[in-house]
Amino acid sequence: MSEIRSELKYLSSHEWARLEEDGTVTIGITEHAQDSLGDVVYVELPEVGSQVSVGEEAGVVESVKAASDIYSLVSGEVVAINEALEDEPETVNSSPFDEGWFFRVQPSDVSELDAALDADGYKAAIAEEE
Amino acid sequence: MGNNTSDVLQRTELYAQHQAMAGKLVDFGGWEMPLNYGSQVEEHHKVRGEAGMFDVSHMTIVDITGEDAKAFLQYLLANDVEKICSLKGKALYSGMLNAEGGVIDDLIVYNMGGWFRTVVNCATREKDLAWMNEQAKPYQVSLTERDTLAIVAVQGPEAIDKVRSVLSTEFTAAINQLKVFQGVEVGEWFLARTGYTGEDGLEVMLPNADVVTFWQQLAAAGVAPCGLAARDTLRLEAGMNLYGNDMDESVSPLAANMAWTIAWEPSERNFIGRKALEQQRAEGLSHKLVGLVMEQKGVLRGHQRVIVEGSELTGEISSGTFSPTLGYSIALARVPRDVGSTCLVEMRNKQVEVKVVKPVFVRNGKAV
Repeated sequence: MSEIRSELKYLSSHEWARLEEDGTVTIGITEHAQDSLGDVVYVELPEVGSQVSVGEEAGVVESVKAASDIYSLVSGEVVAINEALEDEPETVNSSPFDEGWFFRVQPSDVSELDAALDADGYKAAIAEEE
Repeated sequence: MGNNTSDVLQRTELYAQHQAMAGKLVDFGGWEMPLNYGSQVEEHHKVRGEAGMFDVSHMTIVDITGEDAKAFLQYLLANDVEKICSLKGKALYSGMLNAEGGVIDDLIVYNMGGWFRTVVNCATREKDLAWMNEQAKPYQVSLTERDTLAIVAVQGPEAIDKVRSVLSTEFTAAINQLKVFQGVEVGEWFLARTGYTGEDGLEVMLPNADVVTFWQQLAAAGVAPCGLAARDTLRLEAGMNLYGNDMDESVSPLAANMAWTIAWEPSERNFIGRKALEQQRAEGLSHKLVGLVMEQKGVLRGHQRVIVEGSELTGEISSGTFSPTLGYSIALARVPRDVGSTCLVEMRNKQVEVKVVKPVFVRNGKAV
């Protein structure tokens, strides 16, 4: 069973979100997602300053095996991206919840996070997939 | 596991080893096989730089004996086993074709001295055996599947040294005399200097009873266990076809970069598919298999459409991946014959220009 962190919110498409102290929201993909994808070779991130919306593709992660769209859990402006992934995309495999984060959003409506899955809900979503 | 359709997956003798080495096991043609042991990219680099080992015991070994063995194979295969009859141990790669010239399977055949050993793919096992047995009827031959043998492929620049380091002098003496594409029997073992990675190495067929010890000794000698995922990136970099992706029964070997495996001479040798191939050769084929290289971000994938400027015909990627050795994406694609030095690939709602190259990318650790 792969790691699922209780303090995070999730989508059934395997993104996680963390509400930071400054009110921004960090997005990444889960341990389960990186394990299914295998070695990540490219990450395509939104531009800083661009808008992302819930339900719309915000980026792409490509492994040797497959390409997968990335979705945001909140709508808003992208305020930071993890530029280190450009040269070291494998960080997504080694540290999906920490150093392997994707981008950070200033949410226009942080309550959108309430609609996302909690850890138990995500665990159930994975179980259903299998 | 997801989409588990068969009730019981078959397991090789090394199954417990794969589990102990944290192999990620998946259903591969009805066999529970390791996809990777953590990172397919690290495994890939191990094979290009040092040595890696693959459990390929799921592949099917069929021994062909009897007084007509040679004549039977000369009829069954598009390549001519006459080429390997002068030297015991020699290996030959060939397509096994249907009457329409489509590829039923690709295989390797070894001259065992008076008889032959073939190794065919696991996913095609049943249809291959049925076909071979049917074609064998008029011949004095026996076909024997050898499922008591395991197969371990040890590949990489240090592979042969590593194998020698764990075996007795009887084996090392035999290995030392092996040329590329040649094998040797030592007792119940058969060691061949062949592989599917573009590196030097050995494919070792040995009794199931011996394989666990051999595997553990190799691991202790520093040979990295490698899964099917690394096997795929290695073979694709080496420009080697994968049956079911790059060719199948609907594809002519002439459109699958396998023309070199067709022995047209002697012209009186009748082999299955010959008439169809001769007609295709005379009329010319619309498509051929080429290599594609994309140096910008992104990964080429199987089934993506290929557009050739000025051609009404389109092509398709048959195998695509990220090349760990080169650091960018490569593919094999079947494209219109008159393709130039570039073409377009439709990827994720955009068209990307890629280079067209010969279908081989890496050999012996280096970019071609």
